[in-house]
Formats: sequence, C-alpha cells, structure tokens
Amino acid sequence: MLIKIPRRSDCRESEVTPEALYLNRRQTLQLTAISVACAGFPLMAHAQEWRYEGVDAADAPAWFDAKGDKARWEAVVAKGEAITPYRDATHYNNFYEFGPDKGDPAAHAPKLVTEPWTVMVDGEVANPGTYSVEDLFAAPRLEERIYRLRCVEAWSMVIPWLGFPLAELIRRLEPTSNAKFVRFETLARPEQMPGMRAGFSLIGWPYIEGLRMDEAMHPLSLMTVGMYGRVLPNQNGAPLRLIVPWKYGFKSIKSIVRISFVREQPATTWQTMAPQEYGFYANVNPDVSHPRWSQARERRLPGSLFSPNVRATLAFNGYADEVSSLYAGMDLSKDY
Amino acid sequence: MRYPWRRLLLFLAAASVPCYWLYLGTIAALGPDPGKVLVDNLGEGALVMLLCSLAMTPLQRLTAWSGWVAFRRQLGLWSFAYAVLHVSAYLYFLLGLDFTGFTAELVERPYIAAGAIALMGLSALAATSNGGSMRKLGKRWKKLHRVVYPIVLIVLLHMLWVVRADAGRWALYATVAAVLLLARLPSVERKLAGRGRAKRVRSID
Repeated sequence: MLIKIPRRSDCRESEVTPEALYLNRRQTLQLTAISVACAGFPLMAHAQEWRYEGVDAADAPAWFDAKGDKARWEAVVAKGEAITPYRDATHYNNFYEFGPDKGDPAAHAPKLVTEPWTVMVDGEVANPGTYSVEDLFAAPRLEERIYRLRCVEAWSMVIPWLGFPLAELIRRLEPTSNAKFVRFETLARPEQMPGMRAGFSLIGWPYIEGLRMDEAMHPLSLMTVGMYGRVLPNQNGAPLRLIVPWKYGFKSIKSIVRISFVREQPATTWQTMAPQEYGFYANVNPDVSHPRWSQARERRLPGSLFSPNVRATLAFNGYADEVSSLYAGMDLSKDY
Repeated sequence: MRYPWRRLLLFLAAASVPCYWLYLGTIAALGPDPGKVLVDNLGEGALVMLLCSLAMTPLQRLTAWSGWVAFRRQLGLWSFAYAVLHVSAYLYFLLGLDFTGFTAELVERPYIAAGAIALMGLSALAATSNGGSMRKLGKRWKKLHRVVYPIVLIVLLHMLWVVRADAGRWALYATVAAVLLLARLPSVERKLAGRGRAKRVRSID
C-alpha cells in the first residue's frame, strides 16, 4: 500500500487559487496596463475599463466618471454567489412606466432624458430644496456592493451596485425629529414613458415607495447610481435609485425625483393597489406567501431548460443577521 | 374522413409551435427565465386552441364552407395537450419538482385551483372525444361537452388572476370568448344559421 506523506511545504489542493481568480488577477494587471497606456486617450480607456463581461459602453456624465475612479470596489460581496450576467440584469426587469413586459424597459427606456436631473427634497427636513444629482453625489465616495435582489414574483439575481449609504444623504439633509418615514417618488413623464400611456394599466402614477426612518438609516440601504462598474442604464432606474436588499425588489424605487420626510407612513403604490398582496414593509419572507404564489422558493436567474435553478428563499433575503433587529417585537406575518 | 390533408396540416402546425418554443429555449432565446416564458406561452396556447375549437361551429353557420366543424375535435384535443404541457412546465420550472406544500397551494391559491378544475374538465372532454364515446353516451355526449362553456370562463378567471398590472392581452381573449359565447345564444344562432344557408345557396347557384 502506498501512503503518501505530504511534505510540509506542499500545497494542499484547497489552497490552490481557483483559475478564474488567477485569470482575474491577470486581467486586472492587463487592464491596469491598458488604462495606463490609454491615459492620454480618455475615450479609448473607457472602452476597455469595464470590470464585468458583456457590459455595454455608456456615456456617463462627467461627475460619475470622476467618482468612478475613486470607488471602493467590492465593499460588500455576496459570498458563494455567482453574479448575474449584465445582459440579463439589464434586459429582464420590471419598470412599468416603460411597459408591462420584462423586455419593455430595455426597449423603451433609452429614450428617457436623464440629464439634467433634479431631486426635490421636502417635508420635515432642515435642508429642503431642489438638488441636482451632482450635488447629492458630490461628497461621498462611491462603493460597490454586490447584493442579492429578490423580486416579489419569485425570481432573483445577484447584482453589483455602485452607490453610497442612504444614511449619509439623510444625515446631510438633516430631517427633523418629526420625520418618521421617508417617501420616494419616481419620475412621471408620459411622453418618454410609453407604459404610462397604455390604456389597460391598473397602476396609479407617479410610483411611490417608502421606508421607515430606521430602515432608511440602515447601512445596507444604498442610494445607487451605477451597476456593473458603470453608470445605471435607464431601464434600471437611472440616474438615481434606491436599493434595499432585504426587501422585495419593488421597494427599491427607480429614477427618483422626490424625497420627502414625513410623519405618517406613506401610501405606497403596490400596497395601495393590492393591500392583501403587497405590504408596506415587503421584507423578503419565505413564510408569508403572496396570495397567488408561494414565496418559499425562488428561481435564480438565469435559468435554463435543463436547470430551472430553483432554490429556497432566505428570511430577509439572507440579510437577517443585519436587519432582523429592526423588526423586533413585530408580527411579520401581519406587517408583511 | 373528410379533408385528411388539411387535418394533417393543422396537426403539424399545432405540434410545431411547442417544439419551436423548446428550440428557442435550448438556444437561450427565451431570456434568462425560459421556464416562466414556456409556462405562460403554453397556457396562452391552450386558451387560444380552446377559443379556436369554439369558433368552428359559428364559422360553419356563418360562412359558405361547411368544413369547419371537421377540425373541432382536433383543436379541442390540442387545447388539452397544451394544458397538460402547461401544468408539467409549471411543476418542473416553477416548483422545481418540489411538491412539499403543493396540496396547500392548491387549496390556498384560487388561481391554481381554478386551473386544476379547468384541466379536470378538459380531461373529461378529451377522454370522450372519440367516436366510441359519442355512440355510447348518445344524447348525453352533447350535454357533457357543453361543459366547455364554463371551462372557458374558468380559464379566463385563472388568467385574470395571474396577470398583474396589464390586463390588455386578457381583455382581448375575454372579448373573443364573449363573442363566441354570444354566438351560442339560440336567437343569435338562428340568425347566423340563416345567413350561412343563404351564402351556401348562393354559392350553389
């Protein structure tokens, strides 16, 4: 019998760097070399710099380019999760202002004009006013956060977002002690949003979402301007959207034009439309079914005919350790 | 058998559609959630086939051609076949063949229950869609197959519960169904029959 005694200096297989990571390092070096080489030619540098495969080139506003260089990459990662391909995350989503089908946002949103863009801040706040996106993003350093996104329709993705904590913005705006909730409003511009012109839509515009103040101040809540290392594509909520990873996707409101600090819980769009189906909190919860389907499992996209990729849904979308204390003492089967 | 070639053509057309969808799925042309697309397409396909089968008798009455009704049985059976594929795709893609709590789903979700009732109805009709059953059941066969009218309504209800923010497609199907059901009212039926007879007489002249 042959017994192999490894020498102490031998590498165990578990210590071998996976090839993908190794290649990644190489790629990073190459990209660095290229970007150094291209430093004199900003346009060329851009075409090369995408950190993710298959990312479409984008004409990002100057303020975004300036920030992108100093971003903290992979500040939050999703351990053991494969990132959803860029193409799927940008061509399969809901944005009803552009139409009811998953492909409608990608088809119709490119016509949306997002520059200039201002956000109205009002309500119980010391610094109300109309801010441009540049103003809002002037101070903070952008960070990349790779979050799971769980849609209420029982599909999910893993997406690298770029933004900064909503809490930082709120602190700068200085809400008064009367502010108990934050209310967000999406742009309503029917001439550039064909979904708003459809005769059969059941949704009331503009789209409204909201968070309780402590949820908004939670470090996971992200004010987002980019994804996959680039500026947000219009269909994903350019130029400014919210990401709340422990809640169903519809809470993460897109293309924000108004942020209001309010005393009462705001009447949000889906909750107003179908209160028995969509709650204000909308925390990802495998134990509370949507009346029309179970939330116990989800399809991690992309799936294929050969592997439907169905998996169990986690409480708070896997962020329970971070956020469950926000809801201590609440009955989440009632406050769904 | 009347019109063997046209029947074969209809068979090939109806059989090729799901094959084409499967093909699109294998080449990743159905997007990142191909299972959901297949479930939806097959369900809609079943409804379209059902509405087509219901359109044959009124068309027979309305037009000069008396061949329509020869395709009614096949269209009805295709509706059943699409419905079975629709349910299979649902079990495989959406449930991941995980049946824990499935009976609870049936009871709790009205649209799944509605779909299940419609499928049971279609199975009864499919099982008796043959010459032997027609002879055996005699007059009762016609009575049994009138169940197709409530089935259409249940299927539309099933679909209405599934669509969310946009009911446009549903409204289209519902309108077609309403027209087809109205065409079965005795008074309307007589009028249609009169018009068809006149056309047939003219075409003979």
